[in-house]
Order: sequence, then structure tokens, then C-alpha cells
Amino acid sequence: MKVLKNVVGFIFTFALLVPSVALADVNLVGSGASFPAPLYTTWFKTFSRENSGVQVSYQSKGSGAGIRDFQNHVVDFGASDAAMSAEEISKVAEGVQLLPMTAGEIVLSYNLKGVKELKLPREAYSKIYLGEITKWNDPIIAKANPGVKLPDENITVVARADSSGTTFNFTQHLAAINKEFKDKVGSGKTVDWPLGDHLVKSPKNDGVAATIMQTPGAIGYIEFGYAKMTKLPMASLENKAGKFVAPGLAGGQAALANVTLPENMIVFVTDPEGADSYPMVTYTWMLFYKTYQDKEKLEWIHKLIDYCLFKGQAISDKAGYIPLPETVVKKVSEAAKTIQ
Amino acid sequence: MDSQKELPMKWGESYATPPSFRDRLFDKAFRGMAYIFTTLTIVLLAYILFEIGGKAIPAMQKYGLNLLVSTQWDVNQNIFGILPEIWGTLYSALFALVVGGVFGVAIAIFLTQDFLPHKIEIVLKNIIEMLAAIPSVVYGLWGIFVLIPIIRPFANFLHAYFGWVPFFGTELSGPGLFPGALVLSIMILPTVAAVSQDAFRAIPYKTKEAVYGMGATRWEAILRVMLPTASGGIFGALVLGFGRALGETMALAMLVGNSNQISLSLFSPANTLAALLALNFPEAGTTEVEVLMFAAIVLLVITLVVNVVGQLIINYSQPGGAKR
Repeated sequence: MKVLKNVVGFIFTFALLVPSVALADVNLVGSGASFPAPLYTTWFKTFSRENSGVQVSYQSKGSGAGIRDFQNHVVDFGASDAAMSAEEISKVAEGVQLLPMTAGEIVLSYNLKGVKELKLPREAYSKIYLGEITKWNDPIIAKANPGVKLPDENITVVARADSSGTTFNFTQHLAAINKEFKDKVGSGKTVDWPLGDHLVKSPKNDGVAATIMQTPGAIGYIEFGYAKMTKLPMASLENKAGKFVAPGLAGGQAALANVTLPENMIVFVTDPEGADSYPMVTYTWMLFYKTYQDKEKLEWIHKLIDYCLFKGQAISDKAGYIPLPETVVKKVSEAAKTIQ
Repeated sequence: MDSQKELPMKWGESYATPPSFRDRLFDKAFRGMAYIFTTLTIVLLAYILFEIGGKAIPAMQKYGLNLLVSTQWDVNQNIFGILPEIWGTLYSALFALVVGGVFGVAIAIFLTQDFLPHKIEIVLKNIIEMLAAIPSVVYGLWGIFVLIPIIRPFANFLHAYFGWVPFFGTELSGPGLFPGALVLSIMILPTVAAVSQDAFRAIPYKTKEAVYGMGATRWEAILRVMLPTASGGIFGALVLGFGRALGETMALAMLVGNSNQISLSLFSPANTLAALLALNFPEAGTTEVEVLMFAAIVLLVITLVVNVVGQLIINYSQPGGAKR
């Protein structure tokens, strides 16, 4: 009797487990950027739960790997926060439609005892990453922070050790605001920082966050959501208009509002205009093929895009991302129609 | 305790019985299997070399030996050099070998030379071997959150007062060669300790009896007789530990600072080949992948050379060691 009970129990357990997999007729697989990964996984989980018949999975491998998977047709869609270069697009036979799905901010977090608020002029933070400002009490920093007691301490600069879209956007911004940086370092997913002993590199956003947290006198760039999650202090940065803006929803949306999205949906916000704009903002894209053979898959892809563009934006803010402005949503939704 | 005291007889066998047909068949099958697995291992290694080597060829043609002696890594300009990584790999592994080796052998002596009751020996042995089961990432996190804050004041004291010594030439800001190598030495400790213990245990009981019979003190026995007798095995343990230290990836990627520079200072950030591979692979483009494959070959060759040289030293310096 006991054996029978066990067997029945087993079958019952399996009966509960199997349908959730078996009922999904369509599996959509994506991979790519780690920057928006926390948001994407939440979206896809909710979408899969609300729609029986489809299962969306996403692997956060990094933008470069996402583009490669997409080119090799091992996924149904890719994701990248460095978009795709014209050369990369040309390697995909059926054409590519890039759609910005959300946007994020890159912040400069720091570890200075007793300093809760810090203003960094654009000259200061670009020179810190050039290795020209090496002490916290440097006159350029001190001048922007009257009344703040800055220690006579070395600045330990933290950068990403892995190749990353965050570095890509960060260095693009630095290259845009500082000519010397552009000539000496340039921009890319990894760069050769001219910093020697003052530079420490850590893998991934959470690695950089942990290193800043553990290193007195450190400064580093991370995605806003990670800084918020780890409660690290974030510096207010001077924007193009010369105003100091703290990271957050308002500054991010202001920055995006001042940028027009071109026909191909690829634009890098290297140095946004506007008095209220936070200076380091970036779109992040999902990559789709222009044509899909499987009509059922195609249908679900359109439903998924709609979900992310409309319902999904509502939770972006809570996860530390900037919801797309309405005009952008409209434009992206138009562009999505070319996917067939 | 001692296996040589009595030979167990089972099922009424006598020592003189010739091997039965079953025994011979079993022997043959076992030998065959051993051959197959040995060959498979070699084939697998050859295949890995072939795969990685094939992908590395374009980079070898393009950069050649230049890659090994240049110090810049700039993907945007397609400038690649892995000298800092080779330096960091060897430096950190050597440091770990010295620290982990000393402690590992000391532990082996402590646990095999009757310092403790047998039962406690077994418990301690198991605890040390459990260190090997801790995932690399956990070591990395432990290093960041526990070890670095502990050693930072100590390191900065050394820098402040002994800064003129090249090893203490910089401040320890956080991640750096020292914390990385220190964690590395803990990671190779179980390997070194376990294999050295086996070497000590392999010393015939008679030798020990004879030494004490001659009236040697405990430390004379350990240092003059046990240690030299077991040295072949201990050396093997050190080579194994060194090999492990060369290839360790995740903990170092988190702790070493990943900075492309060559510095004698223990406290400055450095980089290792394994960390470079692990961190750059996921987002590497075509050219960079080829270069990384080249770097992987370099790491493979370094490890291979270390093992072969180690084996040779064992064979030639210790006539007794070669037979083991």
C-alpha cells in the first residue's frame, strides 16, 4: 500500500510539473546585455505567466555575446546596450530591426567617509578617469563642493574588468566632454585606462559596486539600479548646461526628451542638452530579425513587444530604469510593424 | 594501523594457488580498460590543443611573439599584449606556492607524525580537505568582504614604513595581487596537505621504528629522515598545488584588480591569464577571441611546462621517487 501511495505521489508531482512546460507551444529565446537583465527577466516572467502558450527566456550574457548569438541564429531575439554596428547588421541576411526597450543611467558612486553629497564638475570626473586628478581634495573638486570636508586621500578608480556596454556608454560620454580623453583613451566596450596603480577593475556591475563599497576613497561607474540596490552614494554630475543634476527619474527623462530617435532607432545620448538633463543616459535595445518564417512565433513576438512597450514601462522606474517617453514608445511601436 | 602486520586470508585460499582463469580474464580486462582510458585522456588533451590552437592560429600569425612581450591591451586599436598577465600569473602562483606550501607541509607533518590522537587526526584531515569543496566564487566574496578589510591596515603600515622595499612599494587600496595570492594559497592548501600526508603515510613503518630505535628525537626524526624520505611525494604535492594556482580563475578575477601592469609591489593591482580569459571572453569580437585563444595556449603551455619540469625533477633528484 505504501509503495502504491508513493507511486501515486510521484505521478501527481510530475503531473503538476509537466503542464507548465508542455502547454507552452512557443518558446522564445533571447540573450544579450546584462545592463537591462533584471528588468527583462521580470517582464518575461510576467508575460509568460499571463499568456499560456508562450514561454520567454532570457540569458544575460553581455551585449557582445548577444549580438553573436543573434547573428548565428541560435536565439529568437538579442539584446545589446551598444546597439549594433553597420558591419554587424550587414552580416544578418534577413535584416535587423533594433528597438529601444528601456533606458538607464550610469552613475558615479563613491566611498568617502562622512561625505553624503558630492558634486562633480565634468572637468573633475573626466580628469579622474584620465589619471590627472589623483587626490580627493583636488582644487577642482573642492571648488564645486564648498563646505564639504574632502580628505587628503588617493582616489582609487574602479572600472569594469569585463567587456561591457556600460563602459561603452561611459567612455563615449567622457570622450564627448573631454577632447584629451577622446584622443588618449577613446571609447569602446573595453578601453586601456591610463591609470596604473590607481585603477582597480572588477567584473560586472555588482563586482564594481562591491569593490566601491569595500574600498575607502574609491569611485566607480555603475548602472543606477545597482547603486540604488546597494545604497551607494551617487555623485551629482555637471551637465552640458553647467548645472549639477542628481541621478534619478527626472534627470533621465529630461535627457531623453531632448533627443530625437532616428529612423533606424539607433542613437547614443553622449551629452544631452537641457538644464535638467542628467548627463549619462543610454537607451538599450532588443534586436529582432526583419522576417520570421514561423508565423506563430511572429505573432508572439509582436505581443511581447507590445507588452514591454506599454504595460512593461510601468515597472521600469521601480527597477531603476527610465520609462521611455510617450513619443518614443509611439515611434518604436511603429518601427516594430516592419517585423514580419 | 599497520597493513604489514598480517595478511588476511579469505575463503580458505592458500598463497600458492595459481591465478584462476577468472583472475586472468579480469586482469586482462582491467589492463585493457586502463589503456583505453589513458589513450582517451591523451586524445582529449590533443583535441583541446587542436581546437584552441586552430582558433589561435590567425592571432599567432598576426602578433606572434610580440603578444608575449607587449604590455598594452587595447581592443579598440587591436593592440594586444599579455606580458602583465603572464607576470601576474607566475607571481601570484609562486607567492601562493610559498605560503600554501609551507603551511600545507606543516599541516601534513602535524597530522601524520603522532602529534595528535588518531581520531582527531582524521577529523582535522577531513576539515582541511573540505576547504577544497568551497566554490571559487565564495572564496572571492570572502576575500572582498572579510580578508581585504583585515589586511589593509597591515599592508598600509608596511607601505608607510617599509615603502622603500619594492614589494611594499604601493598602498593596498583594495583588490590587488596580495589578497588574490593569499586566497590562492588557501585554495591550494588542501591539495598540498592531502598529497603530502599521503607521502608521509607511505613511509614504511619500519623506517620510523628504526629512527626512533637509534635514539633520534622527534624533530630529528621528522627533519632528517621523514622529510627527506617523503620529499618526492611532497614535491609532487607542490607541483600539483602550483598547477592549480596557475589556472585558478574566478576568485582571482574578483580579487586581483585586473590591472594591466607589471609591478613588483605585492599591493598593487595585477592581472592573471585565467582572469583575463574569463572576463573578456563573453563580449569579445572575432579578433579578440583569436588573441584570447592564443593567451589560452600560453597558459596551457606554462602549466604543461611546470608539470613536466616538476616530474623531471622528481625523477632525477630522487631515485626512490621515480618508482612511486
